[in-house]
Amino acid sequence: MPASFIILGLLTLAGAIAAMSLRNLVHCALALTVAFAGLAALYLQLDAQFIGFAQILVYIGAVAILIVFAILLTRGSETPQPSILSPSWFGGISVAVVVFGVLAMTIVRSAVADRNLPPAPQVSVRELGEQLMTKYLLPLEVIGLLLTAALIGAVIIAMHEKEER
Amino acid sequence: MDQIFVTIKHWAVGFGPAQGQPIISAIISVVLLIAVFASLFAITTVLERKGLGRIQNRYGPNRVGPFGILQPVADGVKALIKEDIVPRTADSVVHFLAPLVLVVPVFLALAVVPMGRNMVAVDMDAGVLFFFAVGAATELSVFMAGWSSRNKYSLLGAMRAIAQMISYEVPLILSAVTVIMMAGSLSTVKIIEAQAGYAGGLPRWFVLTPWGLTGFILFMIAAAAESNRSPFDLPEGESEIIAGYYIEYSGFKFALFFLGEYIGMFAVSGLAITLFLGGWHAPFSFLTWIPSYFWFFGKLLALIAVFIWVRGTLPRLRMDQLMNFAWKFMLPMALINLVTAGIWRFLSPGFSRWLICSLLVLGPYVMLARGLLLGSDVGKRTYRYAE
Repeated sequence: MPASFIILGLLTLAGAIAAMSLRNLVHCALALTVAFAGLAALYLQLDAQFIGFAQILVYIGAVAILIVFAILLTRGSETPQPSILSPSWFGGISVAVVVFGVLAMTIVRSAVADRNLPPAPQVSVRELGEQLMTKYLLPLEVIGLLLTAALIGAVIIAMHEKEER
Repeated sequence: MDQIFVTIKHWAVGFGPAQGQPIISAIISVVLLIAVFASLFAITTVLERKGLGRIQNRYGPNRVGPFGILQPVADGVKALIKEDIVPRTADSVVHFLAPLVLVVPVFLALAVVPMGRNMVAVDMDAGVLFFFAVGAATELSVFMAGWSSRNKYSLLGAMRAIAQMISYEVPLILSAVTVIMMAGSLSTVKIIEAQAGYAGGLPRWFVLTPWGLTGFILFMIAAAAESNRSPFDLPEGESEIIAGYYIEYSGFKFALFFLGEYIGMFAVSGLAITLFLGGWHAPFSFLTWIPSYFWFFGKLLALIAVFIWVRGTLPRLRMDQLMNFAWKFMLPMALINLVTAGIWRFLSPGFSRWLICSLLVLGPYVMLARGLLLGSDVGKRTYRYAE
């Protein structure tokens, strides 16, 4: 394991743990952003440029901002919760540990663990684009249409509000 | 002469040990980028104040040094030695981190902007995507600054800023997508290569096509909004919310915000030059003997001059006007422009292509602008008392 992977992994984990355990909701959101950034850096470390940047653009640029907006619009920004651990924390943690144990056992025992790893492919952004434009053209078009429709729909909803005034 | 900086850098890197050379090369690029753009920032502040002064019939700074050109030095020293005040109720960690989260991404964004032939810090496959990705982090910094100050005005300013940045990011990226479609690459270097050459005495820049011109104008408007420049400077509206998200910042942290805002403006102007204005290419074939970096910085200064000019002449928008403009004009225009670019690609070159694409852009422009003005009584202004 290269040192950069360990550092990035620890950073991501620390961000995720902080996002769960901090008392102030906005701090949690910011810690979650650190975890997102760590994930993006992990993708970049694996030479997956496109998905790494897309991760930053979507998760830090949009999702984190959305979370923050939701927090600010729904509750006061300065109300630290008295207790972060609900009374049933013991049950929650034990269920999580059991689920993790089962999943880990199945993965370790399955044939996936001892197959030969194929050599890492050199995927450039150009190849990604070519694949999207040839093999995965239909899903791409459908998603594009859906997103454009959502965009225009949002604008039309906003327009109606003005007419009513 | 054209490659002088590249040659000097290669020569300097050659002194280092063989394995250390990539790191040395990167360090030289980073230090040069920071030095050049920080000094450009200093020059721009004094030029901006001078220019605004002239527009408003006053002198502007003229006390420090000849014609006041040493004003940025005085400002810098002042910012450094000023007391750094953090409000008692402020969230001190977030308050401290906010300016850094702004300044680091905007300098990172500069890394993919080519400033001359072979003069780009990092040439990556997904350069344009990288630019927008790091740009997204600035929104977070604005929120951190506004929220951590524990001040109603700064929170209001931050909310305004984030709403504005999200709204204008959509047309910004959509207008850049046209260029990516036509150049067939996300790499900034390849995009500039696609604009090389001259046809009929004119350069083959993307701005000299109907979709390119539309895209360029949309991009620059969205860029002004993204970098909170006037007339989109509602987040800091001095007359309403004092200074928005950086009310509670003083001393060097305030200077960092100021720096980040200007470097952001330079970066996005640099991307506009790369995407639409042919990057470092000369405008005419007989001017190609002038070094490429000269052209890049010349275009950059010209765009900055436009920003200053706009700031001096346009009043600030209202919040509803801002949002209506983004969603009901910029966004449909950017989508139509995307289609126009596709049609331009598949029509055969000639006069008819120009006509069709120009009509495709101009028709919606007129209709959308009329739709935007619907319901508001825009007419000749009548003065009741000040005849």
